[in-house]
This record gives sequence, C-alpha cells and structure tokens, in this order.
Amino acid sequence: MTSVTAIPLPYYLILSGILFVCGVLGFLIKRNIITIFMSIELMLNGVNLSFVAFAAHWHVLSGQVFVFFVMVVAAAEAAVGLAIIIAVYRTRETLNVDQVNLLKL
Amino acid sequence: MLHLALFAFFGIICVAGAINLLVQRHPINSALSLVVVMASLAAEYLLLGAEFVAAIQVIVYAGAIMVLFIFTIMLLNAGEEERTKGSRVAILLGVPGVVIGAVLVAWVLIHHSNTQSVTIGALLGDPKSIARLLFSDFLLPFEVTSVLILIAIMGAVVLASRPGAVARPQTTPAAAKEENEGPQLVAAGRERR
Repeated sequence: MTSVTAIPLPYYLILSGILFVCGVLGFLIKRNIITIFMSIELMLNGVNLSFVAFAAHWHVLSGQVFVFFVMVVAAAEAAVGLAIIIAVYRTRETLNVDQVNLLKL
Repeated sequence: MLHLALFAFFGIICVAGAINLLVQRHPINSALSLVVVMASLAAEYLLLGAEFVAAIQVIVYAGAIMVLFIFTIMLLNAGEEERTKGSRVAILLGVPGVVIGAVLVAWVLIHHSNTQSVTIGALLGDPKSIARLLFSDFLLPFEVTSVLILIAIMGAVVLASRPGAVARPQTTPAAAKEENEGPQLVAAGRERR
C-alpha cells in the first residue's frame, strides 16, 4: 500500500478532543436527560477515535480490540441507562434533570 | 493529499454534527445529528485502516444504540427541553474553562509532539487479525463481556418493566386477580435462601 499521503497523529487527537469537549459541554449545559445521555455517547466516540489513531500510530492491534470492548460496554450502558430513564419518567412524568433532584420520592 | 482532504471533509461533518447536537433543543434532532457524527467517524476509521471497527461502528453504534435512543425518545414522547436559569453561573464559569482546556491541549499536541504520521493502510485492521487477537490474548475479557451483556439485559428488563410485571407468572387474568402478591414474594424469598 502506498503511504505517500499521511495524516499526522495530532490531527486525529485534536478531532477526538473536540468531540470529547462537545460531549462534556453537552453534559453540562443540556437539561434533557436523554440528550445528556447522548453526550456521554459522544465522549465515548471521541475516546474511541483516539484509541484507533494510536493503534494505527504504534502499529498495535490491541487498540482496536479496546474499541470493541468500549462499544460493548457502551451498548450495555445504553440499555440499562435508557431503562433507568424510562423508570424515572414513569415516576416523575418529566425528563428535565432540574426536577429530578431526589433519589427517592 | 486525497487522504487529508477526506479527513478534513469527514472531520468537519463530525464536528458540525457534534455542535448541532448541542444547539438543537429537541432530543430527536440531537439523536439524528449523533447518527451523523457516528457515520462520519466510521469513515475516519476507514481512513485509519480499521475496517472491522468501522463496520461495527455503523452496525452497533449508528444502528443498534441509536435505534434504542430514538425508540426511547418516541416512547417517552419527549418534547423540547425547557430553558432554566438554575445553572447560569456554572455555564459562565464552566464553558470558558472547557474552551481554555481544549485550546491548551491542542497547543500541546501541536507543538510538543513528534511529527510522526499515521500512514494509511499500514495497519491491517481486518476482522481476521482482530478475531485472532480477541480469542487469544483477550479471551478472558471477551468472555467477561458476555456476562456483562447478560446482566445488562436482565437489568434493563427489570428496570423498564412495570412494578410487579416480572414476578407475576403466566396466569389467566381472573386467577391473577385472585392470588395475592405478598405470600408469593415471601415464598420466593424463602426459596432463594
């Protein structure tokens, strides 16, 4: 494979950092509990990108295996988290996190 | 040059989708922009030579997880989020802090990293080599994740079901109305001990 064209590693890390920062921002400023949860997924995606970039940089395949595990954990987390959101909505009738400030009603 | 152009193209789409996720106020718009982010990230993975990761990014993330999100949004009939003034101080202090941190990290990455490059196609991330690694070095974590998934499935079913819907056995509605829940739960607890 010709490798005349190459993309520097910092570009990928900056893109990954931008995605992570967007996720942190969304986690902080959004008020809808589902959107906050999607921000967490955005952060996980940013981390995954840096994993793959480093795997390509160091020529080690384990980075991609870690991405696999992160995806598995993210899937489990999404299933449980959305179930919790459904349970919260069933008891509070709201998705606004400002009104969900008690652990027990 | 072509690879750099592709990287820039999908990177801009990615960042635009991420910012759109923050700007949109309706959750379904945020979810669809997150799908855009994940699809363009799959293209970035392909540029890095990670074919398998790109495929499962589309299948698992953009497919399964986002379908779950959109399904929940439609199930709960989520509307536009309300603007609240409660955390205005946190926004005023936190957003500049995050921006300053991001700029610092970017500056360090640009100026203090060796200029080695990611070469396209230098790494074979095909399913065969991934599976060889996954089933040799990472066999124990792989098996543990299957248990994790099983626990997550059971937890999701228990959490999302209505109270009492799980423990009730398959009976006719008349019989279910007659039998009392209390003694049944006590009996179940005694069996577990």
